[in-house]
Amino acid sequence: MKILIKKGRVIDPKNNTDDILDIYINGAVIEKIGKNIKEKGDEDAIINASGHIVAPGFIDIHTHLREPGYEYKETIKTGTLAAAKGGFTSVVCMANTDPVNDNKSVTEFILKKARMEGSCRVFPCGAITKGLKGEELSEIGEMFDAGIVAISDDGKTVKHSGLLRKALEYSKIFNIPVISHCEDTDLSQGFVNEGMASLLSGLDAVPSIAEELIVQRDIMIAEYVKAYIHLTHISTAGSVEIVALTKKRYSNISCDTCPHYFTLTEEATLNFDTNTKVNPPLRSEKDVEVIKEGLKNGTIDIISTDHAPHDLTSKDVEFNLASSGISGLETALGLSLKLVHDGVLSLSELIKKFTVNPARLLKLPYGELGEGKTADLIVFNPDMEWIVDKNLFLSKGKNTPFHGWRLKGKNLLTIVDGRIVYREGTI
Amino acid sequence: MNWTKKDLLEIKKLTKEEILLILETAESFKEISLREIKKVPTLRGKTIITLFYEPSTRTRTSFEIAAKRLSADTINISANTSSYVKGETLKDTGKNLESMKPDVIVIRHSMPGAPHMLARTLKSSIINAGDGAHEHPTQALLDLFTIKEKKGRIDGLKVAIIGDIIHSRVARSNIFALKQFNTEVVCCGPATMIPPHMEKLGVKVEYDINKAVIDADVIMMLRIQKERGGVSYIPSIREYACLYGLKKTHLEKAKKDVIVMHPGPMNRGIEISDEVADGEYSVILDQVENGVAVRMAILYLLTGREQ
Repeated sequence: MKILIKKGRVIDPKNNTDDILDIYINGAVIEKIGKNIKEKGDEDAIINASGHIVAPGFIDIHTHLREPGYEYKETIKTGTLAAAKGGFTSVVCMANTDPVNDNKSVTEFILKKARMEGSCRVFPCGAITKGLKGEELSEIGEMFDAGIVAISDDGKTVKHSGLLRKALEYSKIFNIPVISHCEDTDLSQGFVNEGMASLLSGLDAVPSIAEELIVQRDIMIAEYVKAYIHLTHISTAGSVEIVALTKKRYSNISCDTCPHYFTLTEEATLNFDTNTKVNPPLRSEKDVEVIKEGLKNGTIDIISTDHAPHDLTSKDVEFNLASSGISGLETALGLSLKLVHDGVLSLSELIKKFTVNPARLLKLPYGELGEGKTADLIVFNPDMEWIVDKNLFLSKGKNTPFHGWRLKGKNLLTIVDGRIVYREGTI
Repeated sequence: MNWTKKDLLEIKKLTKEEILLILETAESFKEISLREIKKVPTLRGKTIITLFYEPSTRTRTSFEIAAKRLSADTINISANTSSYVKGETLKDTGKNLESMKPDVIVIRHSMPGAPHMLARTLKSSIINAGDGAHEHPTQALLDLFTIKEKKGRIDGLKVAIIGDIIHSRVARSNIFALKQFNTEVVCCGPATMIPPHMEKLGVKVEYDINKAVIDADVIMMLRIQKERGGVSYIPSIREYACLYGLKKTHLEKAKKDVIVMHPGPMNRGIEISDEVADGEYSVILDQVENGVAVRMAILYLLTGREQ
């Protein structure tokens, strides 16, 4: 397929590009980027991107595709459709499937399914421990050979410090990051932030220190064994401060946060809407401010979605009993662009957190636009207003607290490997 | 003013005017229970279901008597006899009950927000009869009614709430109610049983019961919520009784006309001594009596609201 994208504002942070340019794609590769590329007449599609942004395809390092095992919540097919719609050309899927992705058969299954049915690239994340039980290491080497790009027991913290140490040491053999879900479950026996949310609702509380203690512990262990640590979905001011301090002396560390942690505060939980139940919980206004500050000053490297689709029944119950998570792939761009509209980040800085930085973390050859590079790219409009309608989600998970929100900024076109996998009617 | 809300879910969403309306309406209903024939036809033809997922003596009986004195038909469902034990979700139970056209569903549940979920789903009026550690609005309203009856006012009073504050829906509802008036509220208990940021609700925090009771007009005692893990917050019940049990000597530090309240059930010898529970300052049984009048008022207002 040959595609010509005309007159878009091309922003590629990796190559310091920000200009009105044309892009010519031939097959899976970007053949040419330049001013006024002439039509050859053999193009299969000519896209008029005038007034829009052309960026490298986004990479989500934290997605739950739910397959195998929870196909009633999401499948690789529907999850990657949602990803493509949201502007993601690559997603990392977490290991908490059933069976758990703790061995190469599951890794191979996911990759095979993704090749057959996926609308975007899928990179499996292997479990650190067998069955996510926190007792013994998974066969990380075999999974690495099969194609995992990171290891994580996401959803849980590896509680045993000695075992985490071994995982961090072992990860060095394959040069893959350990992605840590930071939660001291001795302290976090609850459902909402300890503060006004727990005080007013009477719901059991999750204090900020439940996250921060593990952030600190994991950093100390990683630093001790000189391994790479990535802290995922950090939500508190204290976590940002710890990471910022660490970065001054230790470079093998990075972290991400999710749109809901810089968009919503704990106040959203006060009406007991289970769509606001996430783990870690929505935090205080001060936390949200510091998270934004961390995004601005570079302490937080990456924005991930923690896309956690659920079936209706998992959410349509008492708050205590509801599953945690937000179906986030289709709202991430619109919510994150608010950071640009509010002057927290420049467009280029925002795109970096969705492209260059995740690609660097996972050592993926994507996340940039360049002649000879793979044609994974998106066209979005940062100013187009739209109203979130969960019923129009391509994800099976309709669990969003943003239903009915007016967002500014929308993905219009997604190209993966030179193929158009998503296209809005307006472009 | 007229009542407009479909449900009574939490005190913190009520205005001061709404609270006063309930209290005034209750005053006019109190007399009915003193008649020889304790029944008026006001709610004839209305159906009221009490749906209790937690044990209760006072509240459930109080609601049932209140409804019956107003001539409503009542049906009581408790968790161990409901489809809950067969795995039916709360929402489905609610929808099924609604198919039988009740006017009001009174729900008690161990999980905060359970009544809110029903209220969002159903057209029937929902009354929260206690949802976990969140709120117990009718208890706070009957407490206010009792305070007003005994003291002649609510404004200007000092109220000490003592005990397992963190797990107490009664404390939360009472704080929200009392702070609608010009009151000084002191919350007292072991530091483990006082939630962080408590002061943000406009109350004082005091760990020493001897200080908390000084010049108090009202002392409200709470039991340890064993069902919410309260016991693990203290070294032993014995130590708790020593440090936080209300004894007669404490009352000497309070105002001369102090009243002692307890939402029940009491654990005698733990949070309250016999001599205080049965003593001249105790209004614990008045609270129970007033509970019927307050619940009659609430049922009346909700079913007769302006649609």
